[in-house]
Amino acid sequence: MKTKVLAIDDSRTIRNLLAATLEEAGFEYHCAVDGREGVDMYPDVDPDVVITDINMPNLDGFGVIEELRGTGINSKVPILVLTTESAPELKARARGAGATGWITKPFDDASLIFALKRVTGAAA
Amino acid sequence: MSGSIQDTFFEECEELLEATDEGLTAIEGGDHDPEVVNAIFRAVHSIKGGAGAFGLDDLVAFAHRFETVFDEVRSNRLDLDEKLIQLLLRSSDQLSALVEVARDGGEIDEAHNDTLLAALDEYIPEEEEDLTFEPMGLGGPAPMMDLGDLGGAPAEPQEETYRIRFQPLKEMYGTGNEPFFLFQALKDLGELTVTMDENELPGFDAMDMAEAYLAWDLVLVTKETRSKVEAVFEFVEGLCELSINGDGDAEAEANALAALDAMFAAPPAADAAAAPEGEAPAAPFEPPVPAPEPEAKPAAAEEKASAPKAESGKQEQRGGPKPTLRVELERVDRLINAVGELIINHSMLAQQIANLNVSDTRDVETELEGFKNLARDIQEGVMAIRAQPVKPLFQRMARIVREASAATGKTCKLVTEGENTEVDKTVIERLSDPLTHILRNAVDHGVEKPEDREAAGKSKVGEIRLSASHRSGSVCIEIKDDGAGVNRPRVKQIAIEKGLIPENAELTDGEIDNLLFAPGFSTAKEISNLSGRGVGMDVVKNAVTGLGGRINISSAPGKGSTFTIILPLTLAVMDGMVVSVADQTMVVPITSIVETMRGSDDMINSLGADGTLLSIRGNFVPICDVAGALGLYRESDQQAGVYLLVETETGQRCALAVDDIHDQRQVVIKSLDGVCGEIPGVAAATILGDGKIAMILDPESIIAASPTAAAFDTERRMSNAS
Repeated sequence: MKTKVLAIDDSRTIRNLLAATLEEAGFEYHCAVDGREGVDMYPDVDPDVVITDINMPNLDGFGVIEELRGTGINSKVPILVLTTESAPELKARARGAGATGWITKPFDDASLIFALKRVTGAAA
Repeated sequence: MSGSIQDTFFEECEELLEATDEGLTAIEGGDHDPEVVNAIFRAVHSIKGGAGAFGLDDLVAFAHRFETVFDEVRSNRLDLDEKLIQLLLRSSDQLSALVEVARDGGEIDEAHNDTLLAALDEYIPEEEEDLTFEPMGLGGPAPMMDLGDLGGAPAEPQEETYRIRFQPLKEMYGTGNEPFFLFQALKDLGELTVTMDENELPGFDAMDMAEAYLAWDLVLVTKETRSKVEAVFEFVEGLCELSINGDGDAEAEANALAALDAMFAAPPAADAAAAPEGEAPAAPFEPPVPAPEPEAKPAAAEEKASAPKAESGKQEQRGGPKPTLRVELERVDRLINAVGELIINHSMLAQQIANLNVSDTRDVETELEGFKNLARDIQEGVMAIRAQPVKPLFQRMARIVREASAATGKTCKLVTEGENTEVDKTVIERLSDPLTHILRNAVDHGVEKPEDREAAGKSKVGEIRLSASHRSGSVCIEIKDDGAGVNRPRVKQIAIEKGLIPENAELTDGEIDNLLFAPGFSTAKEISNLSGRGVGMDVVKNAVTGLGGRINISSAPGKGSTFTIILPLTLAVMDGMVVSVADQTMVVPITSIVETMRGSDDMINSLGADGTLLSIRGNFVPICDVAGALGLYRESDQQAGVYLLVETETGQRCALAVDDIHDQRQVVIKSLDGVCGEIPGVAAATILGDGKIAMILDPESIIAASPTAAAFDTERRMSNAS
């Protein structure tokens, strides 16, 4: 079984980068273009891990975390946030909302895979 | 691979810059809606994020400054006065210029860039600047991770033993972090021994679900640096009690401290962009940079300072982005038209050579063949310019299904197939509306309510399958739901009520299903604002036929419905069979022809008063005389003796009777729109090799108009049913 990733980012570039890296590494990749769509897609995709951007239209990354943690469907799913700067207050806020970890943009393949490894145990 | 992603990035930049411009223009016009400001912030932020991924440092630095000012504006810490708006407009122009330079190469006007950066800086409060440029990490140990690398890198990797005590706080479990996964990540680094400490575990009665009682003692033997080991625990830092003790710790700490100095000595501007996560050496987008020695402070600083200048060189190293060219659609269309003329021209030339009284034309024919192949190549090339994968369209449809599900209280998922199928751009654009309509219909009328589905023994979640494929020169789009299927008695009743069919009409299942496409038909008991809006499936059908395609529905009660849309690959050229009918030359699309045959008298059987059937290998197929269907009269006594066996999407076969077959060739489709009204049986026109105009026939509508075919079809179905 491939590890399923649901990536939520409004930037096509970032989505493509994630898709390229993750698909090559053998993950099953799903994506949503904003927080609302991500949360809506969540039950269908039923991912093993969620990667979400913070700044997004409709519903931002914090909203995504809050809604997913609040659903109770799978309040334990690992959620990684994508942040551009490693601004401490952003990370702290994300963690306060229930984020599992973070990926700092720009990310490279190795750090992305490493982050996923730490929260899902899977390298693919 | 990264090249094509970079292409996407630049394309996306164009859109984001456009959005930024649009927003700023709105702001300039007095619109201070927070959402406008937010949208600009996000656009600039996205440019920065993408630029960071490709190491476009100048762009990152400028976008960062720009974005920070916008962050101030959206947090209401800054007023959008005239002066600031003007600065933002100029900054937006500069951002465009930087994107352009990053994409196409060229020089940045450094002085102008610096002036704007300085002007933007004036709006950024001091502490804000410091905060955002802070190297990285959640306060404490996060920076240490990098530093360990910097400090430890030069030494030959030596095996070291780390003793790790890890005791999660209960808060850790709320973040989705699992000790087991962390240990797995540790195990990748070397040899790991895990011992669980359950001493704090209380008796069963005293146990609290929300508490954390367990701790682990780990021993890791690894050649990896300490920073790698620490990095594993990055996410749980502050959420656990953690101690990591290595053998050679004292030395490593000294190195780390030295590196820390080096880091803070570096110019801040470079940090945001140039300091990636701890595992920097593996970065694919950066050329390998030797880890700077901790004691070589000036060298490190210099390296970072010179980074922007080295940028263009770096790009060349990566092969640069694949250049793209934005061209007005009209120019491409002109080219397509010209290629069409070229193909016509070829036919004319071939014909004229054939008419010449020359005994040996072999050489000319060889050249002519080459001409033809080249023309085909050019045509395919031009078509490829217009071809696009249906993926974005399909992705939009997923959203439509979600929206429709939410609005109707049903649960549906959209499964897509063949997303990479390429279709003409215009076709994709004009497919969006009909597809939206069909999908909304599928959710609204097709898929049942969850409780009904359950009662019918189906999964609660309805499945709608949207697929695209190339099928013998056409594009086939299928929308298949697993709902209740068409409610035929109800459809028939409505059609009778609305006077679409006479009360005593005998219809086949297929005919009833296709009533959905009749103008003014809508089965919704009340017009829901989802698929209703007074628009029926006839609009969908018109849109599809307008593209030279056909749509058909098939349905099985209780199992669902399938809409099939068949579209031509291109709107410009098609393969056709040139035939003559009542002394006129006409073209029949190859895609609809199954086989052709010359008939003899004994193959013809009569049906009723004036219907005839063709007997083919023991099967009977209704004959439809094209001349009769089009209202043409034969002056000569030539008989329709050649049959084109065609098959409709409903599986109905019919033999189109024509006088003769001349040729099979590519023809350029010339629309009759605006030239004359709709002629039943005629789809379009073309110009043949001899310069004459020929009509392109639409077999489907010819058959539909044929009484014999209809009568035979009904009879056949009835006999099948009994």
